[in-house]
Amino acid sequence: MKQFIQDLAETNRYQATHLLHILREVQSRYHYIPEAAIEQIAELLNISRTQIIGVVEFYSFFHLTPRGQYDLLISDSITDHMLGKQSLIDYLSEKLNVAIGKVRQDGVVSLDNTSCTGMCDQGPAGLINGYALTRLDRPKIDQITDLINQQKPLDQWPGKLFHVDDNIIESGLLLSQSINQGSALQSALKRGLKETLTELDKSGLRGRGGAGFKTATKWKFCSEEHENQRYVVCNADEGEPGTFKDRVLLNSYAHQVFEGMTLCAAIISAQQGFLYLRGEYLHLYDKLQSVLNERRQAGLLGNNILNEGFNFDIEICLGAGAYICGEESALIESLEGKMGIPRNRPPYPVTQGYLGKPTVVNNVETFMAAASIAINGGDWFAKVGTEKSKGTKILSICGDCSRPGIYEYPFGTSIQSVLNDCGASDVLGIQIGGPSGTFISNKEFDRKLAFEDLATGGSFIVFNNSRNILDIVNNFTHFFAHESCGFCTPCRVGTSLLKKQLDKIIDGHGSAGDVVALEELCQLIKNHSHCGLGQTAANPVLTTLQRYPELYESRLKEISYEPGFDLDGALETARRLAKRNDAGAHLVQVEE
Amino acid sequence: MSKTITIDGNIIPFEDGQTIMEAATAAGVYIPHLCHHPEYTPHGSCKLCTVKVNGRICSACTFPAMEGQDVLNNTKELTDDRQKITQMLFVEGNHFCPSCEKTGNCQLQAVAYHLNMLDNHFPLFYPSREMDSSHPDVMIDHNRCIFCTLCVRASQEKDGKDVFAISGRGINKHLIVNAQSGLLKDTDIDATDQAAHICPTGAILIKRTGYQVPIGERIYDHKQIDQVSLETEHQHGE
Repeated sequence: MKQFIQDLAETNRYQATHLLHILREVQSRYHYIPEAAIEQIAELLNISRTQIIGVVEFYSFFHLTPRGQYDLLISDSITDHMLGKQSLIDYLSEKLNVAIGKVRQDGVVSLDNTSCTGMCDQGPAGLINGYALTRLDRPKIDQITDLINQQKPLDQWPGKLFHVDDNIIESGLLLSQSINQGSALQSALKRGLKETLTELDKSGLRGRGGAGFKTATKWKFCSEEHENQRYVVCNADEGEPGTFKDRVLLNSYAHQVFEGMTLCAAIISAQQGFLYLRGEYLHLYDKLQSVLNERRQAGLLGNNILNEGFNFDIEICLGAGAYICGEESALIESLEGKMGIPRNRPPYPVTQGYLGKPTVVNNVETFMAAASIAINGGDWFAKVGTEKSKGTKILSICGDCSRPGIYEYPFGTSIQSVLNDCGASDVLGIQIGGPSGTFISNKEFDRKLAFEDLATGGSFIVFNNSRNILDIVNNFTHFFAHESCGFCTPCRVGTSLLKKQLDKIIDGHGSAGDVVALEELCQLIKNHSHCGLGQTAANPVLTTLQRYPELYESRLKEISYEPGFDLDGALETARRLAKRNDAGAHLVQVEE
Repeated sequence: MSKTITIDGNIIPFEDGQTIMEAATAAGVYIPHLCHHPEYTPHGSCKLCTVKVNGRICSACTFPAMEGQDVLNNTKELTDDRQKITQMLFVEGNHFCPSCEKTGNCQLQAVAYHLNMLDNHFPLFYPSREMDSSHPDVMIDHNRCIFCTLCVRASQEKDGKDVFAISGRGINKHLIVNAQSGLLKDTDIDATDQAAHICPTGAILIKRTGYQVPIGERIYDHKQIDQVSLETEHQHGE
């Protein structure tokens, strides 16, 4: 191991910023991060062991105790549940003879749940040693079980287990026109970089990650900072459950995304860029590396790009299972090899980002759009959409519809027309923008896709009338509690309290005051949390409570008060110690 | 003329580079806080110092004071919310004041009194947390840790060491120490270190000093935390 880590550190130039990369390699080889490895890495990178332990314990894909040689994770997204995930994982657990969350005694296999893997259009999905598995069913599970029990190396597994479809169904402005490599840069250089920024401004392009900050303004602010070092970061940490558009864009439009990043670099004078790719998209990594190599060979990356004397290159950094890293300042922390904890703002990344230097962080789709705008001009983009939301939006549509996949629409398109296209009928409601977004009921389908009405980073999950809203809310609420970084009190404690309070109501232990208490808690988390995660974590409850209060109330008991404390449950330890389970060893909480 | 902001309608002067907390403290205005300490880099995690700046919620300890800010601090709404945030800190750990050596000197307890917190409001988590009494002079009771990182910062910024860190994610956050064994005895902490004395709760205690000051004669037994805080932190704000 010593030599392995020594070599690993050397290839990573002993850079502490590469800690996640190094740990990914160690985890993949040893199936955990051994204590000796921590000590050695700390010494080689000249960082403290506590920073390494902190990182290992922060990211879901790192472990201090061994996982199986085959570490199998099943996506816990609501859409996977709707496709029968629960019975599949139970079946898997039985077939493989391993409990969920555990490692089999022989150390060969481990099984667990994981947050949405971004395969909602082809679920139930999972990951095996980080590689995406799609369209899981019982025959595939039988096959996987055999492969694992034969201990066949992963690279000898049949390719169809790992097959990922793009599922592009509706193309618009961006998806229908693929650009020639280098043409966006050539157009921009021909027009002039300043003039291109003006075109970008004219296009009205706003950030596609969901927050909607004007892209040209962000680039301009960054370029005006008095620093000689600047960075361009592409946020491909697409973790919002129900979103998978960036997966498709990076699979089929990577050149254009990288070109958008290079364009940004030229405009703001940056020399280094990063693609922060979520760990769940490991299957794209090699392909993206070869796209980067192609571009270097074509003179579109590296030194003296297009013989215009500017230098820029892009490095791909893989995440390791943390939704919070989609938040731009947490992403930057992660790029620096740290836990993904959102920073205090101000300062904003445009003034102090990666390593304290001005940094532009944009979504995959934003960079792609910027490249197209550089070719076609601002008006081409701005003439589509609404007054406040120019251009198109690429949606990831999944859930109860016959044609899940990627759809590109002009902003201002009504929800009803989207539903018609994707083959959704008998619709109960839609989750727009993922769990952190809004749940709309079937009375709101005349609403529009737009920053000023229904903003979305791309997630669009359809639910039909057979679905139970409280199950959906419960899944989302548990997701946020699991993904809270824990930095601030309202989110760390609040999301866990919210989970408990919701469970209490759903399990039928709620009483009159409990819905009020639920709402109070939601407001507290929303108002006081440090970052967007906490500020939106209560949205699933709040948006459904507003629309379906009767649903929550129907679960309440007709008594005025039931304590949150489970008296009988608390006696469990005592019963176990006393080896008793008779009637006398149980207590009824409240006389009904 | 110096620049000013208003806090609850009162005009407060500030200098460029000061946070709202620093300007307030210098002017003798108390904003409740736990993770903030004037001698250390602001952290902004406990969220007790939440104020409303021109209608927007901000952490006073990290947000820069700027001309034109109309800050709300001592309002019923904010006090209610701060009380709930304090209650969150109480239910998350295991805080049993009557049996804690820190009682009367504890900032968490004192803030709770100041905010008129009379119960836990939320259900208790009863987490199972360990104690580390391996070190001859200093002990850690993880049951009382609120993850304010003051010990982390004190060790790095004052003691020139790196004894503590916060690890884990979400509700599983926990304090760790910088030793291969994971035990305090194998770190280079000394009982005289700032990091051993900075804890606002009873999570880090000096051994063999328990009850030397009797209950009833402790810091917050006679004074409210706002008064103590302003007396001790005032000079730093200037």
